[in-house]
Amino acid sequence: MSAGPPSPPRPGPQQQPATPQVKALDCPKCGAAIVLRTFGKAETVVCDSCHSILDAQDPKLKILQTFQAAVGEAPPLIPLGRRGKLRGVDYEVIGFQRRSTEVEGIRYIWHEYVLFNPYKGFRYLTEYHGHWNDVSPCKMLPTPVLSVPPKASYLGETYKHFQTCTAMTGFVVGEFPWQVRVGETAEVTDFVSPPRVLSSEKSENEVTWSIGEYTYGSEVWKAFNLPGDPPQAMGVYENQPAPVHESVSGVWAAFAAFALALLVLMIGFAVMISGNKEVFRASYAVDRNTFKGETSFVTDVFELGDRTCNVEVETSTDLNNNWIYLNYALINQDTGQAWDFGREVSYYYGRDSDGPWTEGSRNDSVVVPSVPPGHYYLRIEPEPPQGFQHIGYSVRVVRDVSVFSIYGLAFLALLLPAAALTWRRLNFERLRWAESDHPMVTTGSSEDD
Amino acid sequence: MTQPAANCPNCGAKIVFQWSSSVQTVCAYCKSILVRTDVDLKRVGQVADLPPDSSPIQLNTEGIYRNKAFVVIGRILYEYEQGGWNEWHAMMSDGTSAWLSDAQDEYAVSFAARAANLPPEGKLAVGQQYTWNNERYTLSVITPANYRGVEGELPFQYWDKTRVTFADLRSESGKFATLDYSDAEPALYLGEAVEFDDLKLKNLRQFEGW
Repeated sequence: MSAGPPSPPRPGPQQQPATPQVKALDCPKCGAAIVLRTFGKAETVVCDSCHSILDAQDPKLKILQTFQAAVGEAPPLIPLGRRGKLRGVDYEVIGFQRRSTEVEGIRYIWHEYVLFNPYKGFRYLTEYHGHWNDVSPCKMLPTPVLSVPPKASYLGETYKHFQTCTAMTGFVVGEFPWQVRVGETAEVTDFVSPPRVLSSEKSENEVTWSIGEYTYGSEVWKAFNLPGDPPQAMGVYENQPAPVHESVSGVWAAFAAFALALLVLMIGFAVMISGNKEVFRASYAVDRNTFKGETSFVTDVFELGDRTCNVEVETSTDLNNNWIYLNYALINQDTGQAWDFGREVSYYYGRDSDGPWTEGSRNDSVVVPSVPPGHYYLRIEPEPPQGFQHIGYSVRVVRDVSVFSIYGLAFLALLLPAAALTWRRLNFERLRWAESDHPMVTTGSSEDD
Repeated sequence: MTQPAANCPNCGAKIVFQWSSSVQTVCAYCKSILVRTDVDLKRVGQVADLPPDSSPIQLNTEGIYRNKAFVVIGRILYEYEQGGWNEWHAMMSDGTSAWLSDAQDEYAVSFAARAANLPPEGKLAVGQQYTWNNERYTLSVITPANYRGVEGELPFQYWDKTRVTFADLRSESGKFATLDYSDAEPALYLGEAVEFDDLKLKNLRQFEGW
């Protein structure tokens, strides 16, 4: 081909139809201004004044449906045309619909906001009683998991069936990327894996899937710079994350780790320290015939190893329906340091209409913690009751006793938070699933609230 | 890569093919649909004015898919019940051609594929499963569409269409398949849904106020 006729200015490929703009048109029914914000992407647009649903693809905005809005229909919490930043992307609110479902005679109402960005497309915000979800269409097809109740798998995560209901559109305003109609129904199925919810919407010839993430009202308010406070969230929503940050399994894992460490510590001490070593033993008695009021005496000296240890002072008596009070002092012969403690030992028994009974014990034990090494003796001052005859008692001093109660306390201290967290979580889950098709069955204890 | 040049037989404007394998193009100046023959360009029709378009993609939009650069050189515009959508014809840096579909700002990249025994149009039903390239696809939606127009370069002749049926299928791993019933023999395209940001697109359309 030879050189042709002089060519017109080189047609740049950029020569395109005029850039679409925000269009302002009039409602063919009532004449109110209709603002189009999606550069031709919307299918339908709803007149805010006369509630005509118009064909947004038709230059004349053909009327597709008109509906009567209920008196006192609450306006959208986020006004149409408002822009906000969600996950770093600017979105404009372009449409709003109220949907509802009826379950066992109770009508549940929620709201859906259509958001638009000319590059990123459509996104949705749903709101139910102050609970928000940031929803976008699924890029992939979720897989059904055969189980009872059913589950669905999406991007490696398993979602539990929460509810299937028929959603009816009751009020619409603004633009929609689909043919929206008031009165239209769709079967909506929600699968949850907090904080996400996987939803399918089944209409006559299409099943669409969307993925939502629980969003706090405060985040929505901040994103769209809305005045005042978001409505208070009521109850527990289907995909609301549990309020406690730590996972229950994490707390139990920590508990198990600490408990194991405790056990190792306990066994370690028991093995390393050849415990329960008797360092002193002697027997005494107070007798009515020899007792002269002031009867304080000291024991022989005994040695407490080469390191600080605990010391158990055991008292064994032959009490019969009687008591004795013993003033003890553990005294370091080298330093004069003394540990004073009094022990009352009493033992009673008998028989009444309910049979035999006993009260108290013939034996007593007390642990003195952290006693430094050194030479020690005991000063003992027995105080027998009036009218006593003869009370025999023996004193035994043992070092390095294993104080299991300390381990027990530590164990309890570990167990309590884990148990409390579990209880809270179970209660939260019970509230969550109470609204579902599969409420949790509480067995045994009846929790009436 | 050769860039054969010619002139529009209708208005004389210079026609430059960006992709050597292009079979058809549209004169950007007079909108004549031009088909390449062995010797020259044959005018086969005229593109009616395309409706105002809302796609952020346009001819010469550049991007990257799987580490390969591409440039958009043509498109087919369809309309269906839910609005319009574009099948953008992209030339990959390795000389192959790809399709970047943009329906309601949902993006997918696909490539023409060959498979035996594609289902005839009359046998399609939502929920059917097919296995192509060892991937199992489930038919999710059947879309009756209207051909609305073409722009730029295409790898085949495509201009005298009216109603066209598409079947979209998805696999569990996010793969995407389209059966195109434009011609007597169904055509299969295999690809995947893509994120707008991942394509790193340049030369996008500007939207007023955004």
